[in-house]
Amino acid sequence: MIEHAHPPSTGMPDPVALLPGLVRGLGATGSAPHWQPGIASNCRHVELFASARDAAGAGLALAFARDFLRQEQVAETPDRRPFLWVQDKAALRLSGRPYLPGLPAQLRHRLIHVAAATPEDALFALEEGLRCRDLAFVIGELAGNPRALDFTASRRLSLAAEKHEVPLWLVRLDARRDLGAARMRWEVAAAPSPRSRWNPHAPGTSTWRADLFRAHTFHPGQWNLRDDGALLGAEPAFPQSDPAPDHGDLVHGTGDRSLAAG
Amino acid sequence: MAIWCTELAIDRWRQVEGLSRGEGALGDGPDAVPLALIEDTAHGPRIAAANRAARAAGTAPPMRLADARTLCPTLVVHPADPAGDLAFLESLALWAQRWGPWSALDPPDGLLVDVTGVAHLFGGERALIADALDLLARRGLSARAALAPTAGSAWALARHGPAAAIQPPEADPRSFLAGLPVAALRLDPDVILLLRRLGLKRLGDLDGLARENLARRFRNTRSAAANPLLRLDQLFGLRPEPLLPVIGVPAPLVQRRLMEPIRHRPLLDQVVADLAQDMARLLEGLGQGARRLELGLWKVDGEVLLRRLEMAAATRDPAHVCRLFATRLDDLDAGFGIELVRLRASWTEPLLLAQADLDAAAERHGTSLAACMDRLTVRLGAQAVRRPVPHASHLPERAQRWQPPLADPPSLQEELHFHHRPLKILDNPEAVAVIYETPDGLPRRFRWRGEVHEIARAEGPERIAPEWWRERSTVRLRDYYRIEDQSGRRYWLYRHGMIGDGRGGAPEWFIQGLFA
Repeated sequence: MIEHAHPPSTGMPDPVALLPGLVRGLGATGSAPHWQPGIASNCRHVELFASARDAAGAGLALAFARDFLRQEQVAETPDRRPFLWVQDKAALRLSGRPYLPGLPAQLRHRLIHVAAATPEDALFALEEGLRCRDLAFVIGELAGNPRALDFTASRRLSLAAEKHEVPLWLVRLDARRDLGAARMRWEVAAAPSPRSRWNPHAPGTSTWRADLFRAHTFHPGQWNLRDDGALLGAEPAFPQSDPAPDHGDLVHGTGDRSLAAG
Repeated sequence: MAIWCTELAIDRWRQVEGLSRGEGALGDGPDAVPLALIEDTAHGPRIAAANRAARAAGTAPPMRLADARTLCPTLVVHPADPAGDLAFLESLALWAQRWGPWSALDPPDGLLVDVTGVAHLFGGERALIADALDLLARRGLSARAALAPTAGSAWALARHGPAAAIQPPEADPRSFLAGLPVAALRLDPDVILLLRRLGLKRLGDLDGLARENLARRFRNTRSAAANPLLRLDQLFGLRPEPLLPVIGVPAPLVQRRLMEPIRHRPLLDQVVADLAQDMARLLEGLGQGARRLELGLWKVDGEVLLRRLEMAAATRDPAHVCRLFATRLDDLDAGFGIELVRLRASWTEPLLLAQADLDAAAERHGTSLAACMDRLTVRLGAQAVRRPVPHASHLPERAQRWQPPLADPPSLQEELHFHHRPLKILDNPEAVAVIYETPDGLPRRFRWRGEVHEIARAEGPERIAPEWWRERSTVRLRDYYRIEDQSGRRYWLYRHGMIGDGRGGAPEWFIQGLFA
């Protein structure tokens, strides 16, 4: 009740301090901010629902992680902490394993990969990774809706991530939107890339269509996200109903400038 | 060194009866008359062992008792004790470690002792074998022994060679052992019978045969006892033969001798508490916990009191042990006093050192990277937790290798960033059906995992040739294409081969990587 009397007006409310159910789903308070890249979200457990037929989920998770590391980096000292990438067997079979030459150059030599045989083992590895103070972040990839990943397990991951302040991006491949404790949940798909600068017939910078459908502290929304190496660019996406056949051309017209920024 | 106790069962029976060898051989002692040890089988009693007089009368071990009685009506029988014989052989194997660092059982009546490099301690091989035979004879065991470079040849020489045979290491084993019968190969009886029917009676006969012929005839490669070829290889040392060594486990024991015999309970409790402390320290050093404890109390008047304790789980907590013993000491009669107290753990189990603080600290401050990797590796296995390292190869699947997470990365030249590489790579490239404009041109659409992808943009080909220095000359080259389909999904496809390259038919297409 006290929270109602004093709605958070300035800055980010601590999501842990909020009563559960108070700010939920479609932003119960009118002052819930809109998400944008680089915003401090205080959210350590993010779920990304993606298809197993492409690497959009893992790609966006890495882009979010780099965005997070850019905010974290205060001094000039380079961050050399490793990060953990956990895959269960089904995810490994469906969408392949990380490939060193294709990883972003800053993260390439910091990867520790865990190939878990079962979802239970993968959850164990995720939780152990979140408890480790020497890891920069943790990325998990789980296929489908395994029985082991119920609300309790999801809540355990959330609590471990918040307690030790190690962020977790959990990619759910071909999964239903089941019950989960993640503070932000995204639906990710690949989007047509902007036209490449040197070869108009070649695929350009990776672009994802990201749909934030549930968040504790933000308004839901849709964006086209793109990581061009220096920062994570976002532009509001068209609604699904809007027929936009020449999507790629439109993106080409805007150039590298972020629509959201302008 | 192989030791064969030729008459183990009879020798043991003699020892149990307290007789010396051949006692009353001329007179009327129990060993002078024909005697046999029998065992019960499904077909009635059978003779397990017979003494010299009985063998002279015509009875021999696999014979039935009824048959033996017809040959020798005065035969005296006693039950055999195979379990006791085996236990005796085990203790004998431990005792035989006086000649070498470890020994192995060779049931039912043999021992193998590893005497590699110890012969000079006894003054040479001949002295060593003489010492062994002498000591065994003094224990009342009739035995044969042999020294050889391999366990198989020592076994063969002990049973079928001359007495106290020694195979010198420089001798050619094939010619040295050629005169031994095929039974010296430690084969099953039916295999020996088969070899004898084939006319192969000596090891030299087997040596003259072509190896393939033996391999074709004896196809059982799992059991060495059924395959003469495996046994021959073991005999000549061409094939390893693992042996299971016998290890003596002494029971941890602590004791207190008391200057004054004690008669009162509080003093005894103090002594038991001290003993429990000592035992805990001893067990901790061994990494063991006690399951069963025996407390022996020696009284001044020569009596011994024993109290036994058995725990549900291995423990070495002194307070716990004292509490359990306290109730068992209530009915003790100290008499004139107790002068020696001894605590012995007759059954122990491994019990690791526990550290209670580690988890609590990890709960508060998080674990270190090494601890985290240890936990992951212990549960998931070393093959599951790895980090990729670059490898100098231009083939995409060979360009990364995996090594343990905390190992140092290999020093490597900085890689060149000419080409786009996918974020993820499939362990095995999956075949896709591709429709293309021209056989050598860009693909138009492809079907993968039951779905058709219309290709909107493509870049390629990036031609990657096989590594001719390590692959066959018929391996085809690959043309890689970066693909983006109409909904923006990005893939890495390759065409395996070219039309008319003379290395197979029409080229196939595969998907190998997924771009972010």
